[in-house]
Parts: sequence; structure tokens; C-alpha cells
Amino acid sequence: MSQQEKLLEIKNLTVHYETVDGTVRAVENLNLSVGAGQTLGLVGETGAGKTTTVKTIMRILPVPPSVIKSGEIFFKGEDLLKKTEKEMRSIRGAKISMIFQDPMTSLNPVLTVGEQIMEAIGLHNRVSKRKAIELAEEMLETVGIKGDRLSDYPHQFSGGMKQRVVIAMALACNPQLLIADEPTTALDVTIQAQVLELMQRLKRQYKTSLIMITHDLGIVAEICDYVAIMYAGQIVEYGSLEDIFLHAQHPYTKGLFSCIPDLYSDDKELIPIPGLMPDPSNLPSGCRFHTRCQYSFDRCEIQEPPSVEVSPGHHVKCFFAVPEKGEPQGTPLGRPV
Amino acid sequence: MEGRYDKEGGEDLKMALLEVKNLKKYFKTKSGLLHAVDGVDLHINKGETLGLVGESGCGKSTIGRLVLRLIEPTEGEIIFEGKDLGKLNKSEMRQMRRKMQIVFQDPYASLDPRKNVFELIAEPLIVQRIYSNKRELERRIYELMEIVGLAQRLVNSYPHELDGGRRQRVGVARAIALRPVFMVLDEPVSALDVSIQAQIINLLLKLQREFGLTYLFISHDLSVVKHISDRVAVMYLGQIVELADCKEIFKEPLHPYSQALLSAVPVPRIDLKREKIILEGEVPSPINPKPGCRFTSRCRYCQDICKTETPVLREIYPGRFVACHFPQKGQ
Repeated sequence: MSQQEKLLEIKNLTVHYETVDGTVRAVENLNLSVGAGQTLGLVGETGAGKTTTVKTIMRILPVPPSVIKSGEIFFKGEDLLKKTEKEMRSIRGAKISMIFQDPMTSLNPVLTVGEQIMEAIGLHNRVSKRKAIELAEEMLETVGIKGDRLSDYPHQFSGGMKQRVVIAMALACNPQLLIADEPTTALDVTIQAQVLELMQRLKRQYKTSLIMITHDLGIVAEICDYVAIMYAGQIVEYGSLEDIFLHAQHPYTKGLFSCIPDLYSDDKELIPIPGLMPDPSNLPSGCRFHTRCQYSFDRCEIQEPPSVEVSPGHHVKCFFAVPEKGEPQGTPLGRPV
Repeated sequence: MEGRYDKEGGEDLKMALLEVKNLKKYFKTKSGLLHAVDGVDLHINKGETLGLVGESGCGKSTIGRLVLRLIEPTEGEIIFEGKDLGKLNKSEMRQMRRKMQIVFQDPYASLDPRKNVFELIAEPLIVQRIYSNKRELERRIYELMEIVGLAQRLVNSYPHELDGGRRQRVGVARAIALRPVFMVLDEPVSALDVSIQAQIINLLLKLQREFGLTYLFISHDLSVVKHISDRVAVMYLGQIVELADCKEIFKEPLHPYSQALLSAVPVPRIDLKREKIILEGEVPSPINPKPGCRFTSRCRYCQDICKTETPVLREIYPGRFVACHFPQKGQ
């Protein structure tokens, strides 16, 4: 990907939380990029650092306890971490928007949905009230809600409808990047299917790039172009949809696939990943996954594995990573089976 | 999944352990009667797992609570081991409760935060006065901890010190402490991360094999239900719309709702082309439902008869039940 195509580029981002119980190393040395019009899936279990990463992009992490130790986040070539709060305000909602898991987190219960969509529009555009109402109504129709419900309050909508309202708010100013943090986790499957379809349609229509945080590999398979697998604050594998779903190399990525039941295979045995996610304030040395990894050997305990580009654009952070052509980097032992 | 095959054959195993007949539960609300469960018939054979799937508010958890008589039905019979639970008095019911247990979804909410692991697992044993001897009680608790895979050193830990997976193991240990024959598993893995989810599912399968347990497995996650169940019942708005052998229902769902539900599940594979049925609208209100089929408002095959006549759950061919005027073949 050339420099111009990258809409967002995160370089060596490290975010810690300073707490009374010690330093929580939530995100460390994270590198990531999103191209224009692309959908990136950010996958990982609870505590992997997914939400911390995207909240850092939006600069909405509370300081303290959070400390951005190092790194740069380039959005259209400009470092977001160097922006003043005032500058960030003109970016949030206008150029980068975010959708949260629970729609009630982002909706104000005492304002009508119309007022809330109009607020988003009015903050970033100089428009008359009449025009704002018109635009808000149009947005509501776009997400599949009748325009006359503009004067309804959030509680009058069901969960799926509320999430549609939030999407309308997020897209009201036509942002270039939309960040969605588990937007359908709280919804039923048939409603989830509706919302996912809507998001994809709007993404195409508005040519928005999307970062989709999810723990559901099924959703990733359906809507993402690129996938980053996170574990304990780091990206352990990154690549295209095919790289991750057909040629995964990192033991954690493989582990994730083998512990989910398959709707289309009759006798798959679930192989759980042994052990637990490490405590982020007391991370293991070397490779962070070595305590749960069946292929771990002494080097994994001491040294952090490098991120190896095994094929163009496919990165694996493991000593056993094998370039598609050639020998493994870390060891002559060969590729784990 | 060896367990599934072990259970087939043998007269005794074919016997229904639990039978539910015309079960109804209505709740009074300000705006009318809420039909949470509306005329459900089902049976669960000894040693099998019946999966109960459906979306929020379809009444699946209400059924789980009704069959244990944690709430009283408005109408209908619940027959467990040949006895009508509705006719049992309080002390008989208390005896019966030993045999039927429940594991809840949220291990954060279902464990008393002021009790440690020892006290939590001891609670059912003490309530039912199983052991008079303290040493025996202790031995049983350590044995249970081993069965569910909890390390002995955790015996004095409190729930807040445990992660979700371990908490759910405590929940399971409490449920099996009285050596039940039947367990209602109400979304037991929904609150857990996938890698932990697999651990708990494997534990539940192991317990079923070892102790010959019968499960009513309630979940909204179809992949998990498929993995663990022998037969599956699909619910919509308080009624069962389809009930069949697990493999058959997933291979060829016949009710339009089952088809849509199944096709809506995102599948973690990119080598599969599926037709996706996106349902219009949302589940209608269960308060004073209209006559006729409850799925009409969202069904793409809906005809006039569907709006007036309620389809009954009928056996299309042996073991295959569908409540639809026009069951659809093939996807």
C-alpha cells in the first residue's frame, strides 16, 4: 500500500494505564494501517486492547489513568496525537466517527433522536435549522427508519432501531473513517444481519473506511477486507481475509479457529486454548502467548518474536512463522503442524 | 462427539425423562396479557440434549424456569419421571429439586459475592442436608472441584477473584453437587470469551458422558446449539415452530423462520457461498398477539390462511415437527 492510499496509519503505538496496582500495558508497539474504502477487522478477546486502540485514535481515553507512551497516528498524513483538543473536536464526528456496542451509551435519553442527529450535523456544518431537519430526516430514511420518527425519544425504539439511529448520527457528516466497536454484539442474529447489511451498503455508498472491532470471526468473514488479530496488547497476525482464514500461521489465530463450533461441519471437536489471558499488569516475558502455546520453546520465554512478513502484506509475530518461500526465521525446527 | 452415539438404542434410554404438555405462561402487564410461552409441547429423552433456540423474548428462558417450577405455569402439565410436578406439594418438590438443576448465563450475577468457592459449592449440599459429617462434606467439595476442573488452591477464593470461565465452573459444580439427572443450561457460555467457551462446552459434554445427564440447552447461539444438541426446538414468540433431529434441522430447516435464523448466522468461513435471508422488521409484541401464525409479519411465503389460522406443530415425517401451513423444502 503506498503512502497516499493509507487513510490511517498507526506507528509503534504504546498506551499504558497507570493505576494504584501498577502499570497496565494495554497496547504495546502496535502498527496498523487502513486504506481508503477498506474494512479492517480488529479481532481479539476481552482485554486484548482493541477498544483502547480505537479510543486512542479518537483521543477519547481518559487521561489519567491512560498514558500514551509513544507512537504516532497518521490520519491523512497528519499525526492525530499532536492535535490540540480543539482540533480534535473538529475531526470527531466529522472525519472520524465511532459506534459503540450499546447504543444507549451514545444516545441521550432526554433528547429526541432528531435533535441528536441535528446536533451532529450542526456542530460541523453551517446550516439553517430547516436544512438540518431535512438532512436529519434524510439520514433516518437512509438507515431504514421513517422520517416522521424524528421527534421520538430513544426509549421508543427497539435495540436494533437504536443502533440504526446511532449509525445515522455517525454518518450524518459523511466521515472518511468509521470505527465500530462490537456494534451488533447486543443484537439478535436476524437484527444483526439487518444492521450488518445496512453498514455495508452505507459504507459503499459513502465510500467510508471502516474499522470493525469484533470477537466474532463470522462477522469478519462477512464484511472485512483485512484482519488484525490482537492478543494481550499486540497484533500477533495481520493480513488479508484469505491470509487469515486460509493461511493462518500464528498459534493463537489457529487456536481461535479451532475453539469455535462450525455450523457447517458435523463432527468438529472443539479444542480450547488452554489457560487464561495474561494479566496486562503482569505480562509474561518474551512472547506473550508462550504460556498458552503448545509450540512454545525456550526462546519464546526470553525473546519477543519479530513480526515476519510471510507473504506480501501478511505479518505473523512468531518465531515459527514461515515465509511462503523459504525457511522459518527463528529456528531450523520447521513449521509447527 | 462420542456421547451422541452412546445414547442411541436401548429401551430404557428412549424413555422420556421430561414431558411438557400444552404449557402456557402469561404475564399480566399494564398493556395486556404477555404471552411468554403459549402452548408448548415437548419431551426430552433420558440422556439426550434438547437445544432450545430463539431470539430474545421468545420465551426460551421462561420454559427453562417453568420446567423446574421456579415459576408457576398458567396452564399445562410438566411430567418428570412420570410424576406431574404441578401436583407435588412443597416438600415433595424439594425432594424433586435434587434431581433437576440449572446453570445460569451470567456467572457474575448468579454467585453470591460474599461466599467463597467452598461455601458456594457447599450450599446446595447443606440446604438438602446430604452430609452430617463435616469431613465427608469437605471431601465431596474437593471431589466436585476436581470434576469441574477447579484447582484446589481456589477453594478460599471469592467470585470477584475468579475469571468468567472459573466462575462458570463453580456454577456447574453447584448444579451437579446433588447428582441431578436433569439440568437446564440457560445460555451457560454466552457471557464467555470464545477460548473459554470451548472449555466449558467440553466440560458439559464430559459430564453428560460420565454421569448420563439429560440437558435442556437454551441458547441464542446456533453454532453452539448444533455442537451440543441431539434434537433442536426453534422458538418464535412463545411457540415452537420447528422441532427435529439436530443434524436434519441444520441441514434442511423447513420453517421459514428457522431458515432465516440459520442463514443470518455469520459463518467464520470464506469458502462458503450461502444465500442470506434478511428478515424484514422485528419480532412483534408478545402482548395480546393476533390470531394466525405469529411469523406472518416477517414471512416471505405468507398467504391469506396464515393470517387467520394458527398452524399447529405437526409431524411431517417421523421425528420432524413443523408449525407452518407451507413448510419450505430446500434452501
